Amino acid sequence: MTQKRTINELNIDFMRQRKAAAWLSGAVLIVCLLSIVFRGFDFGLDFTGGTVIELGYAQPTELSDVRTALETEGLGSATIQYFGSRTDILIRLAPQDGEEEASAQLSDRVFAALSRAAEGQVELRRVEFVGPQVGEELREQGGLAVLFSLIGILIYVALRFEWRFAVGAVVALIHDVLFTVGVFSLLQIPFDLTVLAAVLAVIGYSLNDTIVIFDRVRENFRRMRKGTVIGIINNSINETLSRTIVTSGTTLLVLVALYFLGGETINGFALALIIGILVGTYSTIYVATAIVVWLGLSRDDLLPVKKEGAELDPLP
Amino acid sequence: MNRYPLWKNLLILGVILVGLLLAWPNLYSQDPSIEITAARGHEIGAASSGEIKAALENAKVPLKGIESLEGGKLLARFDTPGEQLRGQEAIERTLSERYRTALTQSADLPGWMRWLGLNQMSLGLDLRGGIHVVIDVDMEAAIEQAVERYSGDLRTLLREDKIRYLTLTRDGTNILIRFEDAASREAGEKKLKREFRELDFQPSEESGAFVLRAGLPETEQQKIKDFALQQNITTLRNRVNALGVAEPSIARQGDRRIVVELPGAQDPGRLKDILGATATLEYRLVDTEGSVADAVAGRPPVGSKLYYERNGTPILLKRRVIVTGDQITDASAGFDSQSGSPAVFVNLDGQGARRMRDVTTENVGKPMAVVFIENRTTTQMVDGEPVKTTRKVEEVISVATIREPFGRRFQTTGLDSSNEAHDTALLLRSGALAAPIEIVEERTIGPSLGQDNIDQGLESVMLGLGLVLLFMAVYYRVFGLVANLALVVNLVLTIAVLSMLQATLTLPGIAGIVLTIGMAVDANVLIYERIREEIRNGNSPQASIHAGYDKAFSTIVDANVTTLIAAVVLFSFGTGPVKGFAVTLFIGIVTSMFTAILGSRALINLIYGGRRLNKLAI
Repeated sequence: MTQKRTINELNIDFMRQRKAAAWLSGAVLIVCLLSIVFRGFDFGLDFTGGTVIELGYAQPTELSDVRTALETEGLGSATIQYFGSRTDILIRLAPQDGEEEASAQLSDRVFAALSRAAEGQVELRRVEFVGPQVGEELREQGGLAVLFSLIGILIYVALRFEWRFAVGAVVALIHDVLFTVGVFSLLQIPFDLTVLAAVLAVIGYSLNDTIVIFDRVRENFRRMRKGTVIGIINNSINETLSRTIVTSGTTLLVLVALYFLGGETINGFALALIIGILVGTYSTIYVATAIVVWLGLSRDDLLPVKKEGAELDPLP
Repeated sequence: MNRYPLWKNLLILGVILVGLLLAWPNLYSQDPSIEITAARGHEIGAASSGEIKAALENAKVPLKGIESLEGGKLLARFDTPGEQLRGQEAIERTLSERYRTALTQSADLPGWMRWLGLNQMSLGLDLRGGIHVVIDVDMEAAIEQAVERYSGDLRTLLREDKIRYLTLTRDGTNILIRFEDAASREAGEKKLKREFRELDFQPSEESGAFVLRAGLPETEQQKIKDFALQQNITTLRNRVNALGVAEPSIARQGDRRIVVELPGAQDPGRLKDILGATATLEYRLVDTEGSVADAVAGRPPVGSKLYYERNGTPILLKRRVIVTGDQITDASAGFDSQSGSPAVFVNLDGQGARRMRDVTTENVGKPMAVVFIENRTTTQMVDGEPVKTTRKVEEVISVATIREPFGRRFQTTGLDSSNEAHDTALLLRSGALAAPIEIVEERTIGPSLGQDNIDQGLESVMLGLGLVLLFMAVYYRVFGLVANLALVVNLVLTIAVLSMLQATLTLPGIAGIVLTIGMAVDANVLIYERIREEIRNGNSPQASIHAGYDKAFSTIVDANVTTLIAAVVLFSFGTGPVKGFAVTLFIGIVTSMFTAILGSRALINLIYGGRRLNKLAI
């Protein structure tokens, strides 16, 4: 073994910064909440209902030309944007009132009009239509899914560790979720179904991080008969720091690959996860543990009354 | 120290080999193919593949192979999409009477793989292109229709039995019947109870009148809803099958939605026409006096109309309809209790039953015909270009002799086989939609977009994997290489499980795989960091390896179980894209636990186990 200084020997006093971190987190979360309440989200088609038409042009095309062609069809209200490149156009239409002018006819009309304008040099890449009530249900179900995940996790952590840990883990998760969706609200990045899936994945990931540190805290409490609560928690974070950084790093590597190569559809998903993992790593260190300390964890809470981990056979 | 027993190594090796075998089919390319099904009234027989071969030979289209599929279908493979289209043209031109064709793709697997039942992952619509439609069934209307039907039936029955009542009104899911006195109410209740066991009857006195309240119980309402949904699914399935799309999927979603997925289809407008079409049935008397020959020549007798049976035989039917399809409440196939010949049992609502009884009483011994009416789309070749036209098709699906007066339930015999009875019952049931439908979601993905999605997905998986492999090898040296091997095996196992379950791979699914690559190294990182720690604490290499794996185990389990909880919640809540992501995430986590804990341990044991070590390359 080379005796170079590794991450593990940094011994940063994380817990001393916990007050500052709490102020920072609090301030950021208030900004996020305000943004969510007052700016809301740029909900994608999945949540709002409406029609999305993606077109592929043979040559780079001007948005104004597309708009002109649409206005001849009386569809001036459409949102038109480039989708990844100047040959790829995305047209978004709000839900139509006349239900029977449903998407098939509508998209046929749009496509025919644009096809005439572009002299046939255009290809219909996709048409998506979502009815308004479906969108509403989805918003509801999305919120419920996040809630159920949190409840399930709360119960599991409370059973495997202790209630203070469960509260700490869940507060950290809520922090991550709020922060991630807050960024989407602040920057008005389209929030679609894949972003929701990413938010749920962030919950899974951030928790994974948190559990690793908690595990170490529990172990250290049982091993070290001396030392303050703060000291032990600091030690635990430092001992697992290299692992935290390596895992976040490798996951971020693949997510960056996804962000740049996965195409426009996956962009929001990758971005939400990138934000979530950065925040999740921070919250694992500063939020989850700080909450546990703040709730007044003491050594006695973790001394094995029942045999922890006995149900898991150790590896042969 | 650090040796696995032989059986454990063999088990791990076995799992990996099975995984490789299951994942193998995904390396094969897809052949452009044509799926051939029998047209209605025909079947795929022993001579069919010969006929198709001959048709293709005449048209000089090279055929790669032809084989039978499950469910009486044939599959013809071609080398290029161009040949596939020319092949379809050739079959359509010469055999369109007897066979229906649909373009599809099928994996070019060697025979032994197919014999083992191995298959590729199925690709979601976002990867292969196609149409995805979600249909909402109007349950409130279904219940309303049922209550409406019952009102008519109750009214009919009371009148038939000369039981006097004042008024009969609908009140939500209840029907209120008011009588003059208690005696007639009692008589009415007794009679109705016997006939309609499924309803709740409650007598009461309201403002001086004797009221009988007939309610539709909750269980009965649920039955009606289920029936409406089931029947609509059957109806839609029949219609979609007529579209000529390979591998359509029609599935129930929740308690009022139906999801229709048509891979490769690109014409949502036409699909909507078909789905929204109202096919229906009519019962008509056969005109036995009029001359069919005159009618064929264009001079049908007054009051009659010329129809054709399925086999093309002309037949004269009376213009006046006895019963229409929307009066049929149910139909099932069975056997006639007397002769044992196949029969179809039909249920009519009150109004239809009355009319049927009246007409059949007067016409015992005469033939009656069932006419099937549908808007059907056909493809014809005009100047070498396929032209699709929609026309109203009216065909006589069965002619049977009336043996006795019919009531609310009756049977139709005179069918060729129990298969035909089955089909007819299905047609009767699926003739019309049981409840109004509305299309609430529709996605059409073009084939080029699908290909782009696959390419981008693969690219990002490859790049992400490459970066992670490089990092691990540099950071953990020999142990890193072991982790990398475990990671690659993990990817293979994930694909193997997906292929085995025939799960559908979607773009979010690929994202899920990419994410698990990132997270799969986590288990190994946990173990290796532990081993480094043990070494720093001055333990021997062997003891460090042992302790590292041991201590990391419960951490890994805890951390992964929580992620699994999130995956399960995602799956149970999820619709399409979210589900796809959840499935791959779940499978990825499970396989990564196996490879990281057992697989990498086995390798490390093989490399370092049972030797005296001075240092570890970690």
